[in-house]
Amino acid sequence: MCGIAGIIHRGAKANVGGEMTSMLKALKHRGPDSTGFAVYGVPQSGELVLRFKVAEQDDLKKGFEIHGAIERRRATVDERIRGMGGEIIEADAVTEYAFRYRIRFTGDMRKFADFIEDVEGAEILSLGSSLELIKDLGDANTVSNQYSLGKFQGSHAIGHTRMATESDVDIRSAHPYWAYPFHDISVVHNGQLTNYWNGRRDLERRGHRFVSNCDSELIAVYVADKLQRGVALEETLARSIRELDGVFTYLVATADSLGMAKDTMAAKPMVLFESDDIVALASEEVAIRSVLPHEIDTYDPYDEEVKVWRS
Amino acid sequence: MAQLTRSKSEHPSYALGWHTIPLKGRSQQAFFTVEDEGENFVYPYAIDVDFNKRIEFDAANLEAPAINLKIRELMEQGYGWIVVKNPLAKHSLGVGILNRLKLDFEGSLGYFGVGVIDGPNIRIKGRVGWSCAENMMSGTVVIEKNAGSCFGAAIRGGDLVCKGDVGARTGIDQKGGSIIVGGRTGAFSGFMMQRGRMVVCGDAGKNLGDSMYDGTIYVGGSIQSLGVDAIEAELTQLDIDWLTRKLALFDIEAKCGIRNMKKVVAGKQLWSYDNLEPAEKKLVL
Repeated sequence: MCGIAGIIHRGAKANVGGEMTSMLKALKHRGPDSTGFAVYGVPQSGELVLRFKVAEQDDLKKGFEIHGAIERRRATVDERIRGMGGEIIEADAVTEYAFRYRIRFTGDMRKFADFIEDVEGAEILSLGSSLELIKDLGDANTVSNQYSLGKFQGSHAIGHTRMATESDVDIRSAHPYWAYPFHDISVVHNGQLTNYWNGRRDLERRGHRFVSNCDSELIAVYVADKLQRGVALEETLARSIRELDGVFTYLVATADSLGMAKDTMAAKPMVLFESDDIVALASEEVAIRSVLPHEIDTYDPYDEEVKVWRS
Repeated sequence: MAQLTRSKSEHPSYALGWHTIPLKGRSQQAFFTVEDEGENFVYPYAIDVDFNKRIEFDAANLEAPAINLKIRELMEQGYGWIVVKNPLAKHSLGVGILNRLKLDFEGSLGYFGVGVIDGPNIRIKGRVGWSCAENMMSGTVVIEKNAGSCFGAAIRGGDLVCKGDVGARTGIDQKGGSIIVGGRTGAFSGFMMQRGRMVVCGDAGKNLGDSMYDGTIYVGGSIQSLGVDAIEAELTQLDIDWLTRKLALFDIEAKCGIRNMKKVVAGKQLWSYDNLEPAEKKLVL
């Protein structure tokens, strides 16, 4: 089933971490397997935020060796960042296996990402000037508390509660997906894609990499591919309705935008509230009500509808 | 003709007439016995209420089951007019009410709101989520704002009204009653409609009335496309009279003018319109 949510403040910053936690908490019944956040904070000049993990949460239950392995993997990642000419400004161990680094790097982003992900167990969750992508097993409160998201200030956020139907229950298969190797682009999805393997083969032939077997990752890579080729976000979303097959509603966020697309059958839910100051949308209105409890006018976008809002 | 034989196995559903009658060749569900059917049918657990007794309660801090139990508890105390404040789009509120009642929700409902009802008059001063009034049997439900998809799925009777826009698959599997939409409706509305009437004052999305067996759909605005076996028919004076009466009853205006509404019915070219099984139909065709 899965639940997705998005919120964007127009021309202002707010506690989007806390808001998204409330929205995803309200959608908990739609997916208890994992929860993910893509929050967009205030960019610092010349800096990137790198979120990565070097093990799965589940790996910690598989013996004592993993603790040493995690330390060695992290040291290798540090070494490789510096080896590629990057500078680590600040390094936080958010959990034993997941890290948040503030770095400086101006080289080839794809090579940089590939070199880090070449380390055993390493996966970049996000890399960008304002995007921070957090995902883990558990409900919204658990993940939000674990990663201290409750007071995160920013302009917009998207989030996901996952009911695993197409792939494993692990962080790798959890949403959101970062649109590797592009800064600040993330995707959450509710639905099933039926042309996943065909689409994946096409994109892999063009040099894109996949880290999971989750069909939702295809959307992130699809969006990355289109943006890489200079297609505007609105046009990318419109084309996806024709080129991705299946039943889906998905949200995509960039450094300054939030977009949504709904399939040709309108088979997956989405409720939307728009005002001059704020746009909030979610699989269920109850999520919007968790941050806007006063009486508001909401509606369902129609089939094949695409929308993009700027912060 | 198929022979009717009553199942030997006894089941509580016999008390309500909800039992399965196996037919020779095919089977179908019998919902009521002939003697039960009629104006005087009353559910065993229906509650007699007094419409002059009015009460309000705040649902902001209650979970859905507690809200529904509170409504039942108030009905048992004889309240015939119940006002629920701050429903906050919670799911499955006001479901399973099988007696007359005046029920107002001051706010929005989530999914499966006021489903499986038979008799109450309900007003919702907000929006409703997916599958509002699913399997409604009788009564009226009026929504002041918009509605989600599957609005009035499989309703069998009563009047279901949304003054705003509704999502996709409105009136899917509609088996009776009236669905009235003040604004537009989404794709696949009237899908597999079997009986009853649907009125859409605004535009209708693609595949309107797809695979409908029977019933009538009226559309005031444009129709993106008709579904399989749905055809346009001539609007008669009887249609105009019915539309005039119904829309006036709920204070809804058809901006195009009732006489300009389009009427959509089943073309009845599908295999379902005779007694032949699909394989037999193929032979005939």
